[in-house]
Amino acid sequence: MFPEFVDTRPLRRAVDDALNWVVANWGGAFEAAARPLLGLLNAIQFALLATPWWVIIALVTLAAWLATRQWKLPAIVFAALIFLGVMDLWEDAMITTALMIAATLTAIVVSIPVGVWMSRSLRVRQVITPILDLMQTLPSFVYLIPTVMIFGPGKIPALLATIVYAAPPLVRLTDLGLRSVDPAVIEASRAFGANPGQRLLGVQIPLALPTILAGINQTTMMALAMVVIASMIGAGGLGYQVLQGIGRLEVSRGLFAGLGIVVLAIIFDRVTQSFGKQLQARIGLQEVRI
Amino acid sequence: MNAIRYDSSDVAIRMRNVTKIFGKNSLAAQALLDAGRSKTDVQAETGCVIGLNDVSIDVAPSQIFVVMGLSGSGKSTLIRHVNRLIEPTSGEILVDGADVRQMANDELRHFRRHKVAMVFQKFGLLPHRSVLDNVAYGLEVRGVGRHARLEKAAKWIETVGLAGYEKSRPRELSGGQQQRVGLARALALDTDILLMDEAFSALDPLIRSGMQDQLISLQRSLNKTILFITHDFDEALKIGDRVAVLRDGVVQQQGRPEEIVLRPANDHIEQFVRDVNKARAIHVSSIMEQGKFSVCDAAVPPTARCDDVLPLFAANQWVGVIDEFGHQIGRVTSQQVIAALARHTPPARQLLQASPGEQHE
Ligand SMILES: Nc1ncnc2c1ncn2[C@@H]1O[C@H](COP(=O)(O)OP(=O)(O)OP(=O)(O)O)[C@@H](O)[C@H]1O
Ligand SMILES: [Mg+2]
Repeated sequence: MFPEFVDTRPLRRAVDDALNWVVANWGGAFEAAARPLLGLLNAIQFALLATPWWVIIALVTLAAWLATRQWKLPAIVFAALIFLGVMDLWEDAMITTALMIAATLTAIVVSIPVGVWMSRSLRVRQVITPILDLMQTLPSFVYLIPTVMIFGPGKIPALLATIVYAAPPLVRLTDLGLRSVDPAVIEASRAFGANPGQRLLGVQIPLALPTILAGINQTTMMALAMVVIASMIGAGGLGYQVLQGIGRLEVSRGLFAGLGIVVLAIIFDRVTQSFGKQLQARIGLQEVRI
Repeated sequence: MNAIRYDSSDVAIRMRNVTKIFGKNSLAAQALLDAGRSKTDVQAETGCVIGLNDVSIDVAPSQIFVVMGLSGSGKSTLIRHVNRLIEPTSGEILVDGADVRQMANDELRHFRRHKVAMVFQKFGLLPHRSVLDNVAYGLEVRGVGRHARLEKAAKWIETVGLAGYEKSRPRELSGGQQQRVGLARALALDTDILLMDEAFSALDPLIRSGMQDQLISLQRSLNKTILFITHDFDEALKIGDRVAVLRDGVVQQQGRPEEIVLRPANDHIEQFVRDVNKARAIHVSSIMEQGKFSVCDAAVPPTARCDDVLPLFAANQWVGVIDEFGHQIGRVTSQQVIAALARHTPPARQLLQASPGEQHE
């Protein structure tokens, strides 16, 4: 046994007390701050559920066709969506999709500026990289518990947990994409007197866009991977079905809901990837591999 | 914002004792340099690379100044100092009297937008934009409206011979075509000063020669000041009003092209000169006999080069040299030309040293 040098109990107690204090005094403020997020999530969910199923199938299939201009991907997407409907998973799939979209949108709004900031300063990168590592490796329950304590079980902690888990790859890939823009091009824009804004929007972001898109793709995938855990704290959706299947030892329920998640992942992955490839071809850059 | 004060001095670009040391340990490197150690020694001992070592050049307005040197001699480093893409370790850089090192950020941007345009050795084109938008880029940064800048860009695309490629992406063009896009992008800005880093290196001989002629006539008609980098001595001789030879970051010799050809300062330059077409470098005025002679059938201006008079000797014993008013000021014979072109012939050197070649600079 490792000898006990110091008594860590006061430290633990201090952490717990601090959290309780925050919950007691700041809970309302936090909840108010998170309300826009909740509004976003609810709006997306409402829109998805209010739209007739056949409209959604038609739109997503059309998007798949626009992304590839071939019949193969639209056919797969169409079959996958029909599967969700037939297996009585449609509503849960829409709830899960809404969570994923809300988390991805928030992640985009937060991550891209952070990635831009990181790409500009070595010091910032040195500080943020370990934080990103922490966000990706810390078991999600560790931060779920305090968020549930602050917000109570429900959609907000689920959304926050999903964002925390899904945002890091986008930050990293934004940073990488911006830093790997050909220095000769950057130099030319400097030589013509471009200011930092002109350089960022006119040169760096467009050239880093394929990498940033790869990051968005990663973020959607990570968000979907989070849905089972998110459903444990009240997000509902496909993850909730999986959870119930496990709880009731109803293998079929868990299996089909699980397959539903896979199906969603395939749809979003393939469609966003195809759009990314199309964009690369248009910009005329090499394919980005990560 | 336009706080930069330019004065119309007799020097457009002045670099004084500019030293650039790449690397962290620049103080130690400087000390070694001061002690007279070579670039390789300094690099071995401190890990610092010497980019430029005590470079001083003066580029007169409306002049084509050529910096010439082998690969790695510091040419690109030198030209990047003029618009401060690189900060010097020490030294002074003045452009039309304005101290480039003292400029604040917005002054520097204004200076880069309106005063100097640059053509890059590695092109530096924007891969996500069409040729037309690439050429218009400098104007866009300057804030010129869309219609005006595209019109100007289209004109310059035509001038560099790329009409029909406006909609193409840079990657769809050959290296030489891309280089011409870079050229058009700089020319479209219509700045007083052009910085051209091996701007013709990727062109085939025919287009290259055409571009050189175009550059010379452009410079004559618009009075541009051009700092031109090349590793090709023939090119330097053809277009340069003045040439500086750079080696290991040190300017080894500078002067008019013919001075360098006729009196190379050291063996290194001598080696360049050996393979060069000297007929193209030497002006007839520097080898002619002065005075009036009987009326001649063929005559050339004093700025003509030996190259230009050679064909005339097929039909004439000698060729007259006339000034801009048509008065004869001297003559050259085929013997004089041959003597000047032959290397290491003492009589030729004596003749040259006695000649009043410096009269028109
Ligand atoms: N950013 C840099 N960091 C370190 N060393 C550099 C840097 N840029 C240039 N150098 C060094 O400075 C020296 C001169 O380089 P420079 O690019 O000016 O050569 P050049 O004369 O333009 O050659 P070329 O004809 O091949 O273009 C080289 O030894 C090079 O290694
Ligand atoms: Mg170079």
